[in-house]
Amino acid sequence: MTECPRPQGWAPMDSPGYGSTARRHATHAPIAIPHTLTETSAPRFLPGAYPASADMSVHGGHASMGERIIVGGRVLDEDGRPVRGAMLEIWQANAAGRYHHIRDQHDAPLDPHFAGTARVFADDDGSWQITTIRPGAYPWGNHPKAWRPMHIHFGLMGHGFAQRLVTQMYFPGDPLLPLDPVFNAIPDAAARELLVAKFDLDHAVENWALGYRFDIVLRGRGATPMEDGHAH
Amino acid sequence: MHTSPSQTAGPYWHLIDQPEWADLLRDQQGHAPLTLTGRITDGDGMPCGDAMVEMWQAGPDGAYGNGFHGFGRCATDADGVFRFTTTRPGPVPGPGNSLQAPHVTLSIFARGLMHHVTTRAYFEAEPLNDADPILALVPQTRRHTMLARQTAPGVWTLDIRLQGAGETVFLDI
Repeated sequence: MTECPRPQGWAPMDSPGYGSTARRHATHAPIAIPHTLTETSAPRFLPGAYPASADMSVHGGHASMGERIIVGGRVLDEDGRPVRGAMLEIWQANAAGRYHHIRDQHDAPLDPHFAGTARVFADDDGSWQITTIRPGAYPWGNHPKAWRPMHIHFGLMGHGFAQRLVTQMYFPGDPLLPLDPVFNAIPDAAARELLVAKFDLDHAVENWALGYRFDIVLRGRGATPMEDGHAH
Repeated sequence: MHTSPSQTAGPYWHLIDQPEWADLLRDQQGHAPLTLTGRITDGDGMPCGDAMVEMWQAGPDGAYGNGFHGFGRCATDADGVFRFTTTRPGPVPGPGNSLQAPHVTLSIFARGLMHHVTTRAYFEAEPLNDADPILALVPQTRRHTMLARQTAPGVWTLDIRLQGAGETVFLDI
């Protein structure tokens, strides 16, 4: 049983630059609870029943429009240990900055050969990799001339339900990054930097695709419930 | 190491939605079905119609992942309503020699939530609630926001208010 405070450096729930937080943030502080079996256990998504799908750059047998890229990295916990078997669910807009989603009405073309979703699992080393298309920036209604920087959404399921993380990966050098209220809601520059992928030729493939590295650090596993005498 | 910060799931997370995940009994036999439903509203009382709701619970034996998958995911509809089909969990071992009352963890991800919020749904009138070590940490006046009520045979309802009057108790886990 350990107290596991909310990680430092995360964005406040009330982030005035991001208008949608105004009526959705809780006004009471969350109540800290000790980790119990409920928080230290997590669902298992075995690749047999939840097949991996690592290539977003081909859909229905056709190559997607846009700049093909390879994105990969490792999933680690706070102690630097690989989170083996972590499930990554990934979604993004197409090269023109439009999601294959009925509510996205941005006047940019849909690509019939791009669905924009992937699911992969971290290996024993915590490593994972996808092939995709560099997503486009797109406008949103938050403020005048607001455009989201290029980004890829990531959802991670680790070894404990308390490790659950949904976040976004950004691209280095994007001129929209300093202007984005979602990214900049994270108060700490070093913490923001964790969400910016590194251009990485090690992930590139000759005459095929450039590469980016994106490592993800989940919260620690917390205490095992063993010390309470309820080994499971 | 610093942890990677959370960012909002945004309004287009449905690209990864698997609607069948809302039915935890889809691959299960022999469990008494229970519907867990509720409506998510914001500080203006408006429905939160673009949320992703996830749940995690023990099986009827009180164990996690012991033959009962225990995880569900559901999109809220235009009225902000989520609905899971599951079965009632058993009591779960707690810290020390305590026993946790049957409960379902609920996490909400949405546009406007910088990171997900997490609460628990307990079952009203469950005798074990009185001794639950987690409920004991919640001020008495707000505990009702974590108590699902039986609203029809087999149907338990817990509305979630993200902000304002009757604001749901969220847990820092």
